Amino acid sequence: MSSSICKQLKFGLQSVTISMKHSEFLNVVMPFKDKLFRLAKRLLVSNEEAEDATQEVILKLWAKNEKISSYTNVEAFAMTMTKNFCLDRLKSKQASNLKLVHSNYSESGSGLQKQIEAKDSLAWVQIIIEALPDQQKIILQLRDVEQYDFEEIAEMLNMKPVAIRVALSRARKTVREKLMQKHKYGIR
Amino acid sequence: MELDKIEHLLAKYLEAETTLAEEEVLKKYFTQDKVAPHLEQYASMFTYFTDAKKEQFTKPVLLKTKKSNFNWQAIAATAVLLFGIYFGITKYNSTNSLSEQEMIAAKTAEKELKKALVLIGDNFTRGTEKIGYLNEFEETKQKIFIK
Repeated sequence: MSSSICKQLKFGLQSVTISMKHSEFLNVVMPFKDKLFRLAKRLLVSNEEAEDATQEVILKLWAKNEKISSYTNVEAFAMTMTKNFCLDRLKSKQASNLKLVHSNYSESGSGLQKQIEAKDSLAWVQIIIEALPDQQKIILQLRDVEQYDFEEIAEMLNMKPVAIRVALSRARKTVREKLMQKHKYGIR
Repeated sequence: MELDKIEHLLAKYLEAETTLAEEEVLKKYFTQDKVAPHLEQYASMFTYFTDAKKEQFTKPVLLKTKKSNFNWQAIAATAVLLFGIYFGITKYNSTNSLSEQEMIAAKTAEKELKKALVLIGDNFTRGTEKIGYLNEFEETKQKIFIK
């Protein structure tokens, strides 16, 4: 009789500690899950693919939950995992060619014509970035969108900061040049 | 004056030598409405970057504890299956067992059937006796043709 109560108690305690772990883990992961998703989407383009990838990476992190505390920077580690996972997906060509059409950019305070133009040029930026080499894409995403500092990016990509600056500079110049071409054609 | 500063920052930006704070200044300048016309292509760049950062992972995060879930499902399925088989068999047996009256009726029917079969058998043997005469015919035919 008393032993069964004991067992129940144990079981209850166990489930409590498990749910504690759950919420602790989620507290760690939640702040940067969007960043994982955005990086995945930058590489995989398709919304669904990116969602799957993010989910997969979070599950992998969860599986390593015990070890997580030993990593000094979980976020950087997760970003690295996401990058590797997505590059693997691209390599294995399992990724379908589904492309997302962006249509939800908001622009306030300008006329309709200008809004249409703005949407158009934002879509262009997206297309131009898509055409960049994977590494430049990743670096541009990490720096210009997510605003990580160079040391963090270096840790995530296992690269030297100098090499990152070079790649970033190339990416920025390419985007600017292509946009300028586009603008010229637009005027003509 | 301010435009000079922006242009200077842009040059640094393209060489990837700006700090995060300086890039923030650029972002602020280019996401407001009054952008110098010759720098407009930067506006779409920086607007894109700020917009891109707003996108969120909206799906709920699922932390499946795969193993235990799988086990429970398997156990439940087996239990249902076993129950099904058990009740199925008992139901089957109960529908097929006969009452006493039915048993008697079945036995008399069996007896009658046997009797009928015996009668048919007798008539059959009688028939074969008659066929025996045909042999006689065959034998004589052989004798005639061989000679």
